Amino acid sequence: MVEAGERVLLLGPSGGGKSTLLRALAGLLDDDAGAAEGSLLVDGRLAREVRGRTGLLLQDPDAQLVMSRAGDDVAFGLENRAVPADRIWPRVDAALVQVGFPYARDRSTAELSGGEKQRLALAGVLALEPGLLLLDEPTSQLDPSGAALVREALARPTGATTLLVEHRVADVVGLVDRVVVLEPGAGVVADGPPAAVFRERGADLAARGVWVPGREPSSARRARSPGAPLLGAEAVRAFRGVPAAPVDVTLHAGEAVALTGRNGAGKSTVAAVVAGLEAPAEGRVVTYPDLGGPSAPLHRWPARRLVQAVGTVFQSPEHSFLTASVAAELLAGPRRSPEADASARRRSEVLLDRLGLTAVAGANPFTLSGGQQRRLSVATALASAPRVLVLDEPTFGQDALTWAALAELCEELLDEGRALLVVTHDEAFVQRLADRVQVLG
Amino acid sequence: MNPLALLLAATVPALALLISVDPVTPTVVLVATAVALRLSPARPVDLLRRARPLLLAATSIGVLNALLSQAGGRLLVDVGPVTVTTGAAVAGASTALRLLAVALPGLLAVLLIDPVDLADALVQQARVPARPAYGALVALRLVPLLTEDWTQLRRARRARGIAAGSPLGAIRLFAGQVLGLLVQALRRGTRIATAMDARGFDSTGPRTFARAAVLTSADRWLVVASVLVTTCAVVLSVATGAWRPVLG
Repeated sequence: MVEAGERVLLLGPSGGGKSTLLRALAGLLDDDAGAAEGSLLVDGRLAREVRGRTGLLLQDPDAQLVMSRAGDDVAFGLENRAVPADRIWPRVDAALVQVGFPYARDRSTAELSGGEKQRLALAGVLALEPGLLLLDEPTSQLDPSGAALVREALARPTGATTLLVEHRVADVVGLVDRVVVLEPGAGVVADGPPAAVFRERGADLAARGVWVPGREPSSARRARSPGAPLLGAEAVRAFRGVPAAPVDVTLHAGEAVALTGRNGAGKSTVAAVVAGLEAPAEGRVVTYPDLGGPSAPLHRWPARRLVQAVGTVFQSPEHSFLTASVAAELLAGPRRSPEADASARRRSEVLLDRLGLTAVAGANPFTLSGGQQRRLSVATALASAPRVLVLDEPTFGQDALTWAALAELCEELLDEGRALLVVTHDEAFVQRLADRVQVLG
Repeated sequence: MNPLALLLAATVPALALLISVDPVTPTVVLVATAVALRLSPARPVDLLRRARPLLLAATSIGVLNALLSQAGGRLLVDVGPVTVTTGAAVAGASTALRLLAVALPGLLAVLLIDPVDLADALVQQARVPARPAYGALVALRLVPLLTEDWTQLRRARRARGIAAGSPLGAIRLFAGQVLGLLVQALRRGTRIATAMDARGFDSTGPRTFARAAVLTSADRWLVVASVLVTTCAVVLSVATGAWRPVLG
């Protein structure tokens, strides 16, 4: 039961159905979409009957904009709700002012940053003057500056009752006046003002992976001594003729290097170049004798040879899944000899166990939770035992448990003498792991 | 300018060009297109860049037609088996010019049309239902995102140790990647449909229009001008004796 005007943060383990609840409240679920028990009432009526009273903001800014000009996009919802044309533009302008959108109405949506797109999407929702505002991890796919832009917009009073789902609690705790903790099967297990809930249930919530303020995983660094050089980038640029300074970096055995910089600076492309997946637009990638392999440039190495030297973990894991089960995923790839097959099978079992995936070995990779998908993509990259691992935003949108597990795994890999290149915005992750930081752009 | 008026103005000359193969009609149409380009806000560079494949096609088809034509006339080129007469050169040039004159006005129109305006005009003036019209608009917006997905899928396959190896392997690799792209397109499509429906796009009631699609007198004059140019081109072609109907 949520009263009018309240701002509530919904917490719970990932895969606990928080996003589904928001969609149901928005009246977007069909009755046959799953086993529905009970009913959701908004203003005392069924959610689907009062669709016009609710507004929903989703995670992905690119999946919410419809029109090519900013003002047209805000007007889209008003047109659908048949608001008379002469009243549309004043409401569009008011909504743009309310979210602090800094450009004119005819600004092209393609030219906006992620944070600006998400602000615009929020304006599109607020223009409908919803009584109930549903926010589904609205900053989880943004870089820190973009997330700050959106939080700043959300901090302004809307008058609407607000339900927020968000992993990074510390960032949003100032935006809410009540916290509700959900547990699959048990329903509401904690409810109250943020300070009281975190005081009474903090340890318990942290153990379930919630980012409880003051109980975050440790970001203390362990001392390490780097070994021989394995792989390096010399004057590498992601795109030809960009003003950003070229990347010069050498990865040594047992060393982690962080690659940071604002969105759009080409970090992912530089990572793909260092990983041997793309030819460099400028500069070259140097392979050292300890890495082994042919003398050709890394991006021309045969794929099966490449994966034994350099592994890659992508930002969106589902792009790289090839098979219909987790276990098969670890054995997919180049054909091997029978003996190599047997050892690959043994190694895959060790990896599944190490990454906590044994229980879901038979599941389809696409049905896993975000955290499980991330761990699986790390496991597939490790299956061929590469000396160098390139990770693109490995901690993006992860709960605290997955975060800590990834950090520990990375430390083990470094202890084994592997080198890591981590593209990340995550300050805590950089602090805990990175021996050096390279800033791009 | 109204998108429908632009498209109509670009289509009228094509109708005349379809029924005759001669050098005069397309030349007049192309001159008029150049004038329109000069008067429009479009930059000639942009049109040239988009027309590059078209120019290539027109040139090669023109040359091929000149070489294969049986038309007589004074001998222009005579190198071994290759002979080109004046008649053949005219035939080749006509085909090339005709292709350009059919396509270039359309390309110019597309360059001048904002997809949102087109969707507005289709829904309000051509009575196309709103859902498919604005749905197509969103699909257009997804194209650059799917290009990114394709790059990711390609990188991911190499990172998994998968390479073509043989021509058959290349086909299998490509097919797998296409399937992956379809999966991504569906996921993106579902997500954006959710966001659109949350803003009332699935309501069955009436809809209002924030931007009124209007037909101004300039739009009417554009269509009239297009009809006039086309008529002049045909009259000039017949008067000079160049007119060669395709049928009969």
